[in-house]
Amino acid sequence: MATEFSFPDSAAKAATAEFESEKMSLSMGPSHPSTHGVLRLQMELDGELLTKCDPVIGYLHRGDEKIAENMTYNQFVPYTDRLDYIAPLANNMAYAIAVERLAKLEVPARCQAIRVITAEMARISSHLLGLGAFGIDTGAWTVFMYAFTEREKLYKLFEELTGARFTTSYSRIGGLQRDVPEGWTGRVDAFCDQFLPNLEMILGLLTRNKIFMDRTVGVGVISREDAIAYGLTGPNLRASGVGLDLRKDKPYSGYEQYEFDVPVGTKGDSYDRYLVRGEEMRQSVRIIKQAIAKFPGGPWYAQDARKIFAPPKDKILTSMEELIQNFMIVTEGPQMPAGEVYFEAENPKGALGFYVVSKGGGVPWRLKIRSPSFCNLSILPKVCVGCLISDVVSILGSLDFVMGECDR
Amino acid sequence: MSATVDVLAVLKEKFPAATPRPSLDHPAVNLAAGDIPAALKFLRDEQGFDFLVDLTAVDWAEGVSPRFTVVYHLLSTGRHDYVRVATDCPSDEAPAVASVVSLWAGANWHEREVYDMFGINFTGHPDLRRILMWDGYPYHPLRKEFPLAGIDTPLPDAEIMAETGARVIAAPMAGGPFVASPGEINLTEAEPRAKDESWTERRAKPDA
Repeated sequence: MATEFSFPDSAAKAATAEFESEKMSLSMGPSHPSTHGVLRLQMELDGELLTKCDPVIGYLHRGDEKIAENMTYNQFVPYTDRLDYIAPLANNMAYAIAVERLAKLEVPARCQAIRVITAEMARISSHLLGLGAFGIDTGAWTVFMYAFTEREKLYKLFEELTGARFTTSYSRIGGLQRDVPEGWTGRVDAFCDQFLPNLEMILGLLTRNKIFMDRTVGVGVISREDAIAYGLTGPNLRASGVGLDLRKDKPYSGYEQYEFDVPVGTKGDSYDRYLVRGEEMRQSVRIIKQAIAKFPGGPWYAQDARKIFAPPKDKILTSMEELIQNFMIVTEGPQMPAGEVYFEAENPKGALGFYVVSKGGGVPWRLKIRSPSFCNLSILPKVCVGCLISDVVSILGSLDFVMGECDR
Repeated sequence: MSATVDVLAVLKEKFPAATPRPSLDHPAVNLAAGDIPAALKFLRDEQGFDFLVDLTAVDWAEGVSPRFTVVYHLLSTGRHDYVRVATDCPSDEAPAVASVVSLWAGANWHEREVYDMFGINFTGHPDLRRILMWDGYPYHPLRKEFPLAGIDTPLPDAEIMAETGARVIAAPMAGGPFVASPGEINLTEAEPRAKDESWTERRAKPDA
């Protein structure tokens, strides 16, 4: 039974005529649970609608690019962990490949396969956190709990491989920190098998959830043209209908050997961004399983990286030649040719790029980090205008950014 | 690759000041600062490089001229090729380049970052403010003369500073950073064992 509401219009109009409408200024963040870190949004509100949104960033600025100019190439590896600290393994790989391109190094197939497996595991881990946090932002606590159970299993595998749960520093220039432990790939495979049904369950909590859909469908729509103009990358770009995935289009680290699909959205709203991430996890599992099925043997670091890669520890302690080599690598850094390279990898958050300018020697002259979160957030002033405050929370959750990477 | 080499040839035809730029990976070109918006528009509209992936700058150190180079990386979403476009800022004291925000809205934040870190002015930028450092910060930290430790500066908020007396202090570096400087080093000179050339494996030790 439809109820017709009729407001006493004349009285309401007379009442509002007495008051001048006034914009309100509201600061959301830098410590607000839905700004995922230290993002601050300076908003101008007309009632509950945003008329202006100015993101204030830089609260986590550490000067990583300045630091990189003052240390050797090897020493910078741990700093890449702290960019997108949700997926450090993928960052390590992107940085290592950028410097390998500078040094014209080819890493062996086994190293490439391990990097692919770890990067895809990092993608799953990052997307799980993204989903969990997005769930909390839109009022679905349960998703977070189930997602973190799965992430915990991944962290156990990371710890076994790298010795650290969080800041892994696993890739080295020209190779890896160490080979995979005995039976590790089997355990990753087992994780994938049990993960798929769990993933379906987690996604099932949200995909047709009425509350979740009300909060996300049609909210924060980013058109294809805007996505390209603002330099969006990763799932945020693909949700807007641009099928750009560097793993497919500019394959690196042997991604061309694996079969996987690139999910693309149609509307570019928050819900599409959620769907794209969900599907990407299934595709990551596909890639991991293929990589494990044809896991190559052989060396796991580039043999021609003599002047770059630190020699084995037992050799350093017993052989003069290796001791000197290690001394040179530690004090002078790995010797690189002069020149400049730009490499970007398809990270969970988008394209993480490293622009390395070398004048030769062991220290970069300039290292620019092109961070996907920085570019993805730059669209906020455009996409938030006209939204409700509660929509902003949904948009932030769907953009899935990390301030450590944004502010560098 | 041949398609992108052609791009450079076409660019050269249209903008005679264009010169090839040494690069280890993608095709790269140097352009005159005056050509920048027009050349990037040409690359975007007629050559398919429709995605500005990165915009940054390099400081070649104080006293070097030209001192600042602004570097653009463009990607073609159709062909999946990159091209690197670089331009030297005409002035070393007041570096400035025309803004490309009208071509790519995403250049807005990139240009703000370059302004913040290097002090390069982007003419025609709609809102050129600092982005990573706070408004009113007096230095441009990625310039080569800026020390790694930072410089002692007042707090951004004068009221809090008056109340607490705190300042933004330089980091204690304990004499560091302990690294070599960039550039070609002579390994034989740097390697301590090889410094004394009176006898080596190649030249036997003379009989005493």
